[in-house]
Amino acid sequence: MLMNEQATRNEHVQQYTRKDFISPEAVRWCPGCGDYSILAQMQRVMPTVCAELNLPRENIVFISGIGCSSRFPYYMNTYGFHTIHGRAPTIATGLAVSRPDLQVWVITGDGDGLSIGANHLLHCLRRNIDIKIILFNNRIYGLTKGQYSPTSEKGKKTKSSPMGTMEAPVNPLYTAMVAEATFVARAIATDSDRLREILLRAARHRGAAFVEVLQNCNVFNDGAFDSFAEKAVMEERTLILKDGNPLIFGKNGDKVLKMRGGSHGLEFEVAPTAETPADKLVLHNEKSPRNYLARLLTTLDEATLPVPIGVFQAIDRPHYGAQLQDQIAMARKRNGPGKLFEHLHNADTWSVT
Amino acid sequence: MSNHVEIKNAVIRFAGDSGDGIQITGSMFTHESAILGHDISTMPDFPAEIRAPAGTLAGVSSFQLNFSSYEIDTPGDQPAVLVALNPAALRANIMDLAPGGAIILNSDAFTKSEWQKAGYASDPLADHSLSGFKIYPIPVSSLTLAAVENTGISRKQAVQCKNMFTLGVITWLYDRSIEPIKRYIDKRYSAIRPEMAEANKLALQAGYNYADTVELFTGKYQITAAKLPPGVYRRVTGNEATALGMLTASELCGRPLFYASYPITPASDILHELSKLRHFGVITMQAEDEIAAMGMAIGAAYGGSLGLTGTSGPGMALKSEAIGLAVMTELPVVIINVQRGGPSTGLPTKTEQADLLQAMFGRNGESPVAIVAPATPADCFHMAIEAFRIAVRYMIPVVYLSDGYLANGSEPWRIPGPEELPSMRVKFHRDRDMPLPYVRDPQTLSRPWIVPGTPGLEHRIGGLEKQDGTGDVSYNSRNHEIMVGYRAEKVRRIAEVIPPLTVSGPETGDLLILGWGSTYGAIRHAAENARNQGLSVASAHLKYLNPWPANTGEVLGRYKHVLLPELNSGQLRMLLRAEYLVDIIGMNKIMGKPFLMTEIEEKIQTILGGVRPLKTAAVTC
Ligand code: SF4
Repeated sequence: MLMNEQATRNEHVQQYTRKDFISPEAVRWCPGCGDYSILAQMQRVMPTVCAELNLPRENIVFISGIGCSSRFPYYMNTYGFHTIHGRAPTIATGLAVSRPDLQVWVITGDGDGLSIGANHLLHCLRRNIDIKIILFNNRIYGLTKGQYSPTSEKGKKTKSSPMGTMEAPVNPLYTAMVAEATFVARAIATDSDRLREILLRAARHRGAAFVEVLQNCNVFNDGAFDSFAEKAVMEERTLILKDGNPLIFGKNGDKVLKMRGGSHGLEFEVAPTAETPADKLVLHNEKSPRNYLARLLTTLDEATLPVPIGVFQAIDRPHYGAQLQDQIAMARKRNGPGKLFEHLHNADTWSVT
Repeated sequence: MSNHVEIKNAVIRFAGDSGDGIQITGSMFTHESAILGHDISTMPDFPAEIRAPAGTLAGVSSFQLNFSSYEIDTPGDQPAVLVALNPAALRANIMDLAPGGAIILNSDAFTKSEWQKAGYASDPLADHSLSGFKIYPIPVSSLTLAAVENTGISRKQAVQCKNMFTLGVITWLYDRSIEPIKRYIDKRYSAIRPEMAEANKLALQAGYNYADTVELFTGKYQITAAKLPPGVYRRVTGNEATALGMLTASELCGRPLFYASYPITPASDILHELSKLRHFGVITMQAEDEIAAMGMAIGAAYGGSLGLTGTSGPGMALKSEAIGLAVMTELPVVIINVQRGGPSTGLPTKTEQADLLQAMFGRNGESPVAIVAPATPADCFHMAIEAFRIAVRYMIPVVYLSDGYLANGSEPWRIPGPEELPSMRVKFHRDRDMPLPYVRDPQTLSRPWIVPGTPGLEHRIGGLEKQDGTGDVSYNSRNHEIMVGYRAEKVRRIAEVIPPLTVSGPETGDLLILGWGSTYGAIRHAAENARNQGLSVASAHLKYLNPWPANTGEVLGRYKHVLLPELNSGQLRMLLRAEYLVDIIGMNKIMGKPFLMTEIEEKIQTILGGVRPLKTAAVTC
């Protein structure tokens, strides 16, 4: 059975190159779409993932829902499943739990993952299923041509909200945090080196990994992230999270993000690094099991504070599949491996002659 | 006392408040009957509310058992004995009792406030309204309290033992020993609640002694063992047999079973049963919702497991989009629908057969699936295996239509030996020279099952229309028509591997009664009775509903009339009429209850020119 197949998996996986992950399918996103960059980084990082984890290409599966981003699996030369709207985490759950030898990725978007499929996303994270979820957040509905999405900022004027939306947007990372996700990260599609690094980190994580990738839809929501993701302003407007380091950003790390308690409760403020004594700096710790700082960092006001990028949280906690295999082993120890005909007779029986 | 009367069968109904332990009493007595070699058939009936107010009609729970010295398939039309623990139980069940039947009642519970709560205007024990029945009033509550006085349990717990007292009385009445029941109590409860086990045994003994001493009954009844085919038997409910069948399918296929489900009445017991099977490597997941359960089953099937999900009607509605995905991606999943009364939340604890058209057509687009339906609780085992045999051979989703009556009803099941089970070993496609995921087997038209992890066969599938052969996305209109045709033809070809429709009774004649699902017992025996009266009546049962057995049309054509009783407004009748242009007569009952044999017998009389008028509530059209 499958459980044993993984034990006999190839000891030495062949060396792959980026080309091995490019499928013959022609890519059909709009020219200039942020999705291209995410695809390129994924294809580039895969050889490293396979080498590091001793994983043959055929053991990698990409599963998606519906939306522009969900075309992604067609372009990866791995196993792929383009499912239905919002339900990719459920199909991925069934696959990952029954086939622990596979590495399962879910590609979703803000509409797919946080509107129609939000329920599944939550439960998948809470269960800590061993799958890697990459959510392309472009804050708009692209495939259906330009309606607002659950992550669109309040007041956004779109085809379905000509007078502006009236809804508070959902915060993907904060949602992942409250769903008890064990790995939470954010990347920017155009920030390729860091994106690759974060994808690699997600691949290494055992359990549910959640990565929000800010992706520009140049047709329906162009420039959505320009205020902090443009090369020229990025250094000043983003905070690159580094494990064990203080929350320093800006040119030469001249600014620091500090917390201040007061009549408004707890607030963040930006201060010059030079004026802050080293022992007063709060350090980012991705592995802290009760990571209150990481939770707060997912909620920073984008307009007035820097936008954190990188790994917010990476906690080691037994994933669902591992616990399940433990239960199976325990049950076999207790009852012996199941024997069908013994089991069918395992009741109050009587004989008729 | 003690003149023994030999009878052939007995139908008993236990009724009380839903907190009175009626279901457990019924199943203990059933268990003993089965062990004594009687054929049995049971029908539990309980309220949808977990605990409706005590003493009210809404809170009445009942359990009916038919046990006999010959083969039976129904829990019996009318109970001959009604055990009523309170006035509400009496009022809710009296109309079903056979004329002249016996009522054993708890006289302690017939206080003014209690009979008023049950909706009686006057005391039913005093106002002669029960004059057509034999009444046996027993102060069950007070006798039970006295019997368990010294066990140290609370008064509330002591009162709960009264069901055991009545069980003792009934056991005496049918000339049984109470020892097997005592052993059953010990086995089930002595480890967890030793003091309650003790008290229950005392109450049981007290009831037995009471019946033996007080000259209430004129005699005992004896029923000899039934002549069932030789073999080893156990008792199963439909849900248990379904779970066992699914496990067996997995072992026969050599693939792990994966069951994802969201709790729903009356399907949850399947989840409970399969959750106990971790040592078989069976994976069960309680999903966050019905859609997720379906998605998980698809994911597991994609990975090479037997993907299974189970639900009831409302859950089926939620799963429909994902079932369409399984149709499009041609993955072998089985979807159990334990039907209940609908629409919407409907009647969660009552039975109905109204989801057939939903199973056939309840998805967008041309989206055919295979459908099977077990006929009796024990048959659930066999049909569960059939569901997966079809699913893996044809790479197709299969809907397995059970219902509440089968799910909770029970009967003896002869445990089959390995040689009686089909061989259905599964082989995955691994041939690198044939890498295309939608190249079809020329005979079955199924596509190859290629699971992730197979080197060199990496490919992408999904819900978009597929190019014939390659499986690439295709919007080509001609191709779409071809693929729609393949998916439909694949279902039709299943008819090549399912058994033909068989008839019991004359091969040709005046009337064929056709049925499907849980109506089997009532139909078969009604037809048998009609034949015994010299009428030319046959019966046949469809267990494969899509496709039908290849000879179905031919069988229908051999009779002057065809009658189709269904617990819906005529769903199968509509399909069969459309396909075979046979003017099938419908008989339809939508009351959340199974057919009575007599209802069908009366309909036979009407069709064949008999004189007996219809006096039941069954609607006919
Ligand atoms: S609509 Fe927007 S998100 Fe979709 S492919 Fe075009 S640019 Fe990309």
